[in-house]
Amino acid sequence: MMSRLLAVFNARNKEFWRDRSSLAWNFAFPFLLVFGFYFIFGQGMPMFKVGVIGEQDAYISRPAFMQLSHIQFVPYDELETALNRARRHQIDLVLDLDRQLYWVNEESRNGYVAERLLVNADPDFNRRVVQGEPIRYVDWVLPGIIGMNIMFSSLFGVGYAIVRYRKNGVLKRLKATPLSAFEFVSAQILSRLLTVMLVASIIYFGSHWALSTLMLGNPFSLLLTLFVGALAMISLGLAVASRSRSEELTGGLMNMATWPMMGLSQVWFSLEGAPPTVQSIANALPLTHLVSAAREITTEGATLMQVSDHLLVLAGMTALFLTIAALLFNWDSDHR
Amino acid sequence: MTDLLSVHNLVKRYKQLTAVDGVSFSVAKGQCFGLLGPNGAGKTTTIEMMEGISKPTSGEVRLFGEPASRKAFERVGIQFQNTALQDYLTVAETLALFAAFYTKTIDREELIGLCSLGDFLNRDARKLSGGQRQRLLLALALINDPDLVFLDEPTTGLDPQSRRNFWELVQAIKHRGKTIVLTTHYMDEAETLCDDIAIMDQGRIVERGSPAQLLERHFDGVMVNLPATAVEGKVLPFEMLANRDRVEIQTTAVDAIVRQLAEAQVPLTGLQVKSPNLEDLFLKLTGHALRA
Ligand SMILES: Nc1ncnc2c1ncn2[C@@H]1O[C@H](COP(=O)(O)OP(=O)(O)OP(=O)(O)O)[C@@H](O)[C@H]1O
Ligand SMILES: [Mg+2]
Repeated sequence: MMSRLLAVFNARNKEFWRDRSSLAWNFAFPFLLVFGFYFIFGQGMPMFKVGVIGEQDAYISRPAFMQLSHIQFVPYDELETALNRARRHQIDLVLDLDRQLYWVNEESRNGYVAERLLVNADPDFNRRVVQGEPIRYVDWVLPGIIGMNIMFSSLFGVGYAIVRYRKNGVLKRLKATPLSAFEFVSAQILSRLLTVMLVASIIYFGSHWALSTLMLGNPFSLLLTLFVGALAMISLGLAVASRSRSEELTGGLMNMATWPMMGLSQVWFSLEGAPPTVQSIANALPLTHLVSAAREITTEGATLMQVSDHLLVLAGMTALFLTIAALLFNWDSDHR
Repeated sequence: MTDLLSVHNLVKRYKQLTAVDGVSFSVAKGQCFGLLGPNGAGKTTTIEMMEGISKPTSGEVRLFGEPASRKAFERVGIQFQNTALQDYLTVAETLALFAAFYTKTIDREELIGLCSLGDFLNRDARKLSGGQRQRLLLALALINDPDLVFLDEPTTGLDPQSRRNFWELVQAIKHRGKTIVLTTHYMDEAETLCDDIAIMDQGRIVERGSPAQLLERHFDGVMVNLPATAVEGKVLPFEMLANRDRVEIQTTAVDAIVRQLAEAQVPLTGLQVKSPNLEDLFLKLTGHALRA
């Protein structure tokens, strides 16, 4: 009994160690994750977050308040943006250094404490008040979950299917008909687009109806945003799957694409105040733009115009991925 | 212009390995052309270059008198050696899917009748038996009512009964005036179906002709065969070909052979005399049994 078990144990171990792509993945990935999170959150979570207007102007004497520890100061260019965050309890206080003003949300507990600290340190700041309910986490996280669902469904649904078709010969059989690669790929895209949009709409409007989650913007703007995002994700899936006939390799590439997005695209938590390098990496990921745009529409009532920069980035990414996919696409790579 | 298909000096190299090494032949309209050869001879590689599935390293393929192009796919039907079909589709749905790819298609009922698909039209294509599956694949190859049909080892893995049924099917297609290119390991299959045969080995065509011509060219008379143990250690004045545990002697004078064997005190129990068939020719040409 033992020897048979050992034989299978050995065979499985060899398989694992010899499968380079998944091996690299199994080791590299957890490390990347740990290092990544260390980099982002290594300093520990601050106790308070304070928005600062006019930080850029070199201050000879920064207010004493800004020397305190355990408070994170987040610079804002626009007062209105910062105030909106304060209204939703996402930051605890807003400082305008030029005008010696501060805003506090009287319904916020953190705001109350942060205000005491400020008044103690710098008594000359003048008080202004904003009001607003805290945004519930469910409202905040919902666009993230929808975005993530679109990402997985698009990448794996299109990418894996094509690699599997290529591996088992379905693609080769199709190649032997007058069907063109363009027709085949378009059909895949449309089919997945339909599924993804259907599922996303059901989740979104279903939870809006059942849990009355926030929907401040126009539902059609949201649908259009999800559509543009899904297109970008599907294109990415196509690019990843354009050539490979190895499910392991494709799986690795997919993970390489999805995990950074899970971590950095603000699906679960905001990156506000994270180091600029992290933010610029996040901005290179399609999910970041999809989730941000959807979130601005549902939780801030943004219009299409206001999220158009995200949509343009997504459209650009779609074009890029599709070009890559078209250049690399192969029905049946010439090695078995 | 009666050559429906011709290939000229076809070569396919994979890195070090030359899978097809300068193959030329042509197939006339209405013929069944058989490509025979042992495993790895290069049959599939050759046929896939003709089908336009893979690109020749060098050489030319002409279909319907023109250099091969994707346009020719409208008039060609293909059955691969290994193919998966799309999951979760029934036989009927699979037929409809493929029918949609072509401008001209064969009548659906006619095709279903021809390939006897009627009993399992609504079954998931993955759940078919080997023979049913093969008939479906043939139906897909015929769906555009092609003038030229490629069949790569269509009966490998089928039971003798199914093979015979499949042959009848191929005969029926032939009677419709289709040109067929077929690869096979089975000599009886080639003998039954093919008008013209090329035997391939290690990427080259080693012999070419109709079954009757080939046999006539290579065999005079009959084959005498004996258990290999009977002739062990004996020195005999004629050539012997090993075939598994037997040896074969090709001769026009059976009497003389038997006399010589008796003189050499070879026990004659187990001696058989038969007329040669393609199988013998195949072994002789490709030396398969000897090489193994
Ligand atoms: N994509 C490939 N890459 C490398 N070598 C290949 C490839 N395809 C085929 N070969 C090699 O080319 C040779 C011919 O293969 P081919 O499939 O044409 O043989 P075949 O005659 O069809 O054999 P079988 O009867 O087993 O189907 C073999 O040695 C095979 O290993
Ligand atoms: Mg083959």
